[in-house]
Amino acid sequence: MGLDFTVVPSYFGVLLMGSGWTVAITVCAGLLSFFGGIIFAVTALYGHWSLRLPVRGFAFLFMGTPLLLQLFLIYFGLIQIGIDLPAFLAGVIGLGLHFAVYNSELIQASILAVDKGQYEGARTLGLSRGQTLRRIVIPQAIHAVIPPMGNNMIALLKDSALVSVIGVMELTLAAQQAISRTYRPFEFYLAAAFCYYIVNLALEAGLRSLERRIAASR
Amino acid sequence: MLRVYPFFLEAAVVTIELSVLTALLGLTCGALGAAARMSRLTILRWIGATYVSLWRGTPALIQVFILYFGGPQIGIQLDSFAAGTIALGVNIGAYMTETIRGAIVSVDKGQTEAARTLGMSRWQTMHKVVLPQAARMMIRPLGVNINALIKGTALVAPISVVELTYTAQRFIGSTYKPFEMFLLSGLLYMVIIYVVGHGINWLDRRARII
Repeated sequence: MGLDFTVVPSYFGVLLMGSGWTVAITVCAGLLSFFGGIIFAVTALYGHWSLRLPVRGFAFLFMGTPLLLQLFLIYFGLIQIGIDLPAFLAGVIGLGLHFAVYNSELIQASILAVDKGQYEGARTLGLSRGQTLRRIVIPQAIHAVIPPMGNNMIALLKDSALVSVIGVMELTLAAQQAISRTYRPFEFYLAAAFCYYIVNLALEAGLRSLERRIAASR
Repeated sequence: MLRVYPFFLEAAVVTIELSVLTALLGLTCGALGAAARMSRLTILRWIGATYVSLWRGTPALIQVFILYFGGPQIGIQLDSFAAGTIALGVNIGAYMTETIRGAIVSVDKGQTEAARTLGMSRWQTMHKVVLPQAARMMIRPLGVNINALIKGTALVAPISVVELTYTAQRFIGSTYKPFEMFLLSGLLYMVIIYVVGHGINWLDRRARII
């Protein structure tokens, strides 16, 4: 059985829709990982110990195990204790939490690197602890950490392929559907890889322009 | 619950085998890729850059699928373990290419210039002066790649290699104890990563000059 790429164009719509879902999942999980990362970072650094310890334990567990295993746990595991999440939601939550933990590590390092004078200055001017963190320290920390968080976003885009395994409709699953009808895995997986590559290039270009703008604002 | 332990231990051995073979293949691809990217020949530089861009720009899972499911169409018939190892090894090799190249580039340019001035050839400069210094600097970042690779071996579960993630998934289905299965698998992953991480730290300390 040789290669025959002429079957691919008739599934163009399927692949395009799959790409759309992949972008949607990446955006949703990306937002979750961004805000989740901030919340985890602040809790791990400043939270009460009853919150700090679970967050640290959670981070330890999520950084030491594969994403695929975490997706299985969230999708199949939560059903067993009565929480039946739709596959899409389970996929977004799994991806989002996984990368939130990685973002949190970056943000924690960045918060600690913000000049102590900023904190002291804000407190002297009468801002409360919470206000100082929210208005002075965290914005500066986030600013510094955008480029490495961008790399996490790119990793997230590629790892979004994993949610096909729990049955979320996206690019990889779209390719698999086309394959189940045509029996042409090589052609369609290659086509899917091409789509991922294009989305990846677009994301990289977007992140580069964002970085340039941040560099200019300094 | 007791009867599942032997299966998980066997699966951990498979995960370790996968990790070792993938790491060896990845280091080979990484060294070749870095050499190509720093070559004087434009065509080799171009090949190296294309390899890094394509393999880092697409999901590893798709690469595994292309080789395992698509391979037979172009005459490459591999069992799932071999296909998984090769696909993951070549994938991590693209990341290691950049790690190795980064370490070589970060060696002070004065070192190369001095060695060349002393009459050493390009090759001598590279392997007597630059590489010994770069090798020390690349241990830690390569360790990060290896850590990612160990967790990445889970990607061969969808093509039915019986490793830790596949085993957890299988027993989640049959025992209805998802959290226990997850923790058991996760614990074994963490033990592997912990041991490897300490090995890399030890190597890094040993290799330090100062």
